[in-house]
Order: sequence, then structure tokens, then C-alpha cells
Amino acid sequence: MRIKRMAAVVAVSMLALSVAACGGDEGGDDAGTGDNGGSTATGIVGKAEKSKRLVVGVKADQPGLGLQTGAQYEGFDIEIAKIIAKGLGVDAGSIEWKTTVSANREPFLQQGQVDLVVATYTINDERKEKVNFAGPYYIAGQDLLVPSASTLAGPEGLAGKKVCSVAGSTPAKRIKTEFPQAQLQEFDAYSKCVTALAGGSVDAVTTDDIILAGYAAQSQYAGKFKVVGKTFSEEPYGIGLAKADKTGCEKVNEILKAAAGDGSYKAAWDATLGKSGKAAPELDTSKLTNCA
Amino acid sequence: MDVFSDPDNQELFLTGFSWILRLTGISAALALVLGVLLAAMRVSPVPVLRGIGTVWVNTFRNTPLTLIIVFCNLGLFSTLGLKLSDDIALNNFWLSVIGLSAYTAAFVCEAVRSGINTVPAGQAEAARAIGLTFAQTLRIVVLPQAGRAVIAPLGSILIALTKNSTIAGVIGVAEAANAMKVLINDNGDAVIAIFLVFAGTFVALLVPTGYFFNWLGNRLAVRR
Repeated sequence: MRIKRMAAVVAVSMLALSVAACGGDEGGDDAGTGDNGGSTATGIVGKAEKSKRLVVGVKADQPGLGLQTGAQYEGFDIEIAKIIAKGLGVDAGSIEWKTTVSANREPFLQQGQVDLVVATYTINDERKEKVNFAGPYYIAGQDLLVPSASTLAGPEGLAGKKVCSVAGSTPAKRIKTEFPQAQLQEFDAYSKCVTALAGGSVDAVTTDDIILAGYAAQSQYAGKFKVVGKTFSEEPYGIGLAKADKTGCEKVNEILKAAAGDGSYKAAWDATLGKSGKAAPELDTSKLTNCA
Repeated sequence: MDVFSDPDNQELFLTGFSWILRLTGISAALALVLGVLLAAMRVSPVPVLRGIGTVWVNTFRNTPLTLIIVFCNLGLFSTLGLKLSDDIALNNFWLSVIGLSAYTAAFVCEAVRSGINTVPAGQAEAARAIGLTFAQTLRIVVLPQAGRAVIAPLGSILIALTKNSTIAGVIGVAEAANAMKVLINDNGDAVIAIFLVFAGTFVALLVPTGYFFNWLGNRLAVRR
């Protein structure tokens, strides 16, 4: 009797699991087509018009780009997002900021949890298959942050050295594939890498140059670190949108173009990363061609 | 499910779980030894030892494990210079083992101590009456009976430890949760499938563990 009952319980739970599994798979597909199909009808342009609200995914731990202090977010990415929101008719106060990390940007866009991602988001072909990219609004490059006294001159000198990056990020992947002689320390956030660099347990921190510049410029590390200045990749930062939202993507590009013309792009730079002393870059409007 | 037909992804998955098993195995052994020692300290007649045991348990049982593991890397290794291996992956692995063992030992200690409380006082009194020392009483009379009483709770602690070992990922051990993060990062369209596979593997590993410890606990229980 008991065995029979147990068997029944097992059978029912197996059934439930398999149903859940099917549901899960379909759910995955839906996120790829159905949900986004729904948002095509409106897209971010429609949503901004209707609800006057936007949900923007940004980084929370990158000084100069996207840094959360209390409930406030500040940085270049934040300013760019504000420019875009303004262009879409949403004022800065109605933007809901959502912290994203490198690993969850595509899932957030695919599941519709955010409308836009402005989070040091490198445009590449792999990601283009899953999301749409407006921009680039800035071209960064992977570089190394080292202690001021270090003689490390570039990625070629990394053999046997300990270099730190974030698990699963593009810079970490590049170190693994292109500089396998380097020992890679992975943390879940760059701030931990920088702490480790200050403690001397790693020889260098690697990611995009402007992110590193942001850390080097932080007051508690003033004078301790330097950015090597020899970039070994090109990272065009784009603005992520849902895959199906081509209209929205083109609209964002138009807004960027306008921002380059009327000086608001330069103002955004000067208010954030410009403080590190780096002059505002030119926004190359001829490259705004990634919408698909 | 085509995510898992790619051999690279399969390797990521397998390495992930092999790290989990290694972390769990070694930490479990260390935590068991340390936990029993701590329990012995907490019931010992020496106030200093009791104090050390109490402070240990209260510190580690009430600190988030993430904090402990991050401290093992940024504190013990980065600042204090405790280096356990020249290889960065192994170094992180052993630092995680330290953190996991220290944390889990606190729980093992409390489980064993509650087991000691199930042994009737007469047992220890009789042991003392025939002239056994404190250490002998504990080793020969009390702990063997206490140990049998706490097998099922220790099984729960082992299960918790297995899941906790995913926290080693925050200092860069390429364990399962990290592998899952990488896979999700590369395959944003298959998030639910990836999640179900990883969660399912944990369940498949741990459900039998739970049943085994319950069975063992019943079998070895001291019938009173």
C-alpha cells in the first residue's frame, strides 16, 4: 500500500516536472519571438509615448560610467540614457533605473524586464543575434590597470602574471583565448579586482580603458594606479534594445545624432568621465548603422 | 536543449560540478573534524576552551558565507599574504575550502553538541566513576552515542554545504553557479533550460544524499 502510494507520488511529480520542463522551453521561445513580437507593435517609441516611462538597465559599480550611490545613479551611461529618454519625450525623473551586470543584459532585454540597456555594452555579432544595438556612442578598448610603479607595458608582458577581470565578461574571455599564459583571477565585480590590485594579490586589472580610468580617478586610489594606455581591442559601446524593435533602434540613433550636434553629448562627457582630464571624444555619426 | 550539445558547454558544466564535489568533499571532511573538536571544547571543563568554542560558533554561524569567502581572498590572501598555491585557480579553491570549513564547522559543532545532550547524564557519570578522564569519557562513551544520534542532522548540513559551495564562485572558482552564469551570458535565449539543468543536477545529487543519511541515521540510532 505504502509502496503504491509512493510510486504514485513519484509518477505525479515526474509528470509535473516534465510539464514544467516543456513550459520552460516554450517560455524560452516566447521570450525570443512572442513577447518581442508583442513589443514590436509598440516598441520603446510607443511605450515612451503612451506611458511616459522607461526602464533602463545600467551598471551600478563602474565609477564614471554607471555608479550607484544610495538610490542615485551617476555616470556617462546614465547621462546618455537621460539624453535618449529626453529625445523620446520621457523626463529624467520618470526613468526607472535597473542595475544590470554583464551576465544578465541580454536576458533582461529578451524577457522585456528593461526597455533599454546602457551599461558599457559592447556591440558584437554574437550579441547582435539576441538584441538590437543603437550606437555606438563611444569606442572603448580593452586595457590594463596596473600599480603606478609597475613596468608592465602591454598584454604581451602578461605571461605568468596574475590579471583580474569579471567572470563571464568579454575581457575575461579575451584573456583566456588570446593570452592563455596569463593567470586569470575572476571575481563577480570589478570593484573586488581593484581591491585585490591595491592589496597586491593581482598584477593587473583588465577591462575597457574608460572603466579603468574611472577607477584610477577614484579619490581613495589617487596616484596609486595607472592605465597602461595600450588598448588591445575595440569595444564599441552600444545601447541595447529588444531584437524586434528596429524602429526604436533607429529612433535612438537619430537622438544620438542630434545630441552630437547640439553639444549635449559633450556636456554629458564633461560632467562625468571628462573629470578625469580626458577630452570629450567625437561621436562618429557615420557609424550608427547597427540596427537590424 | 542544444546549449548542452556543444562540447565546450558540456565541459563547462562538468568542470563546474567537479569543483562543487571537490569543494564539498574536502570541506566536509575538515568541517567534521573541526566541528567535533569545537563541540568537545564547548562541553569541556576548561573555561578558556569553552570560550573559544562559543566565540567561533557565534562568529561563523552568524556571518554571511559570501562575506567569509570574500574575506578569505581579499583578507587572508590579498592583505595578509596567505598563499596556498602558485596556481591561481588552486589558490582560490583552497581559500574557499578554508572559508567553507570554518563556516560549516560551526553548524557541525552545534549538531554534535545537541547529540551529546541526548546521551543520558548517567553514562558520563558512570564513565567518571570507573576512573576515565574527560577526554576518555568523551571519546569512548559519549561521542560514539552522540554521533549516532546526529547522523540525519549532519546529512542536512552536508546538503547545505554542497549548495553553499557555489559561493566559491564569487572569488573565481569555476564552480557550477559560475558555469551557469557564463552559459546564461552566452545563451540568453535558453535561460530557463540552463537553469533547469543546473538545478536538476543539484537535486539529483542531493535527494539521494538526504535519503541515505536518513536511512543511516535510523539504522545506527541508539535505541533507548
